[in-house]
Amino acid sequence: MNLLNLFNRSRSAPVARDRLQVLLAHERAFGGDADLAAVLEKEILEVIARHIPVDRDKVLVKLERGDHVSTLAIDIEMPETALARG
Amino acid sequence: MSKVMVVTSGKGGVGKTTSSAALGAALAQAGQNVVLVDFDVGLRNLDLILGAERRVVFDLVNVVQGDAKLPQALIRDKRVETLHLLPASQTRDKDALTAEGVERVIDELRERFDWIVCDSPAGIEKGATLAMRHADLAVVVANPEVSSVRDSDRIIGMLDSKTRRAEAGEKMEKHLLLTRYDAGRAARGEMMKVEDVLEILAIPLLGVVSESPDVLTASNLGFPVTLHNPAAPAARAYSVAAKKLLGEEVRAEPAAKRGLMSRLFGRRAAA
Repeated sequence: MNLLNLFNRSRSAPVARDRLQVLLAHERAFGGDADLAAVLEKEILEVIARHIPVDRDKVLVKLERGDHVSTLAIDIEMPETALARG
Repeated sequence: MSKVMVVTSGKGGVGKTTSSAALGAALAQAGQNVVLVDFDVGLRNLDLILGAERRVVFDLVNVVQGDAKLPQALIRDKRVETLHLLPASQTRDKDALTAEGVERVIDELRERFDWIVCDSPAGIEKGATLAMRHADLAVVVANPEVSSVRDSDRIIGMLDSKTRRAEAGEKMEKHLLLTRYDAGRAARGEMMKVEDVLEILAIPLLGVVSESPDVLTASNLGFPVTLHNPAAPAARAYSVAAKKLLGEEVRAEPAAKRGLMSRLFGRRAAA
């Protein structure tokens, strides 16, 4: 096990190459629109804020980059009163 | 016909200034009339690498702002008479450069020199964009390391969008110069190989400069490495790169009787 770890640790170059290939594919795609996640967050929140009060501190934005598919998750905590009001 | 060449990288500390000095000196040693322009306003170092730090009177900012004439600011190298330096200012910042002023200076340099080698500052701000703005070709200096390769990719994107050539719809010629390479570590899988970096960045290879004590020795002494020790592997790599820039057919050096790894990587490092 230790020997295997040693072997794996020394062969870090393929990991570097793979990480870069995934990262750069995304950075090139969104190159002109560097902060896509921020733009989406802002616009989505604007739409929601029209209907319910949103506390900006209770909004969680997560961008997960994968090889083929990326996901953008926006968690918005709604106050108790928001749904009751509707 | 003069050529404006920017030496750039995005990331700092990868060897832009060392490479600018070595490539510029190698071009001058090949008989070309060369000027090295230091765009790193506020943090000039090309003068030091060239051993001309005590001869700086006027600088790029003085010329851009019209306080000095170009010939007053140019410093001729004492060892290679076709090599010249236009130093950066040490006391100003990059905002002292204006797009119009830089354009005027580059146009004036084009009338006097075969090669105008622009040593870019690190980063992607004004200094770096002005250094690449008028380039006909670019040498992208990278180390086989993730942050350097990522920043190089960003710089390649800027070369293809923010330069005059790119804006005019013309092709921007780009070359990769991989520095601080260690063929042994690459063979053991500890460092990305030349091929890995080439595949990721997808621009043609100008040369591979191996990590070498000769480079530090030369800069300690104020010599471009091609002048200090022309036989050193790093110096040979830069000289071959300069020949490629001049459009010469460069053949791989004849294979000596060496080990397989040394044959595979050592030769490439020199080529």
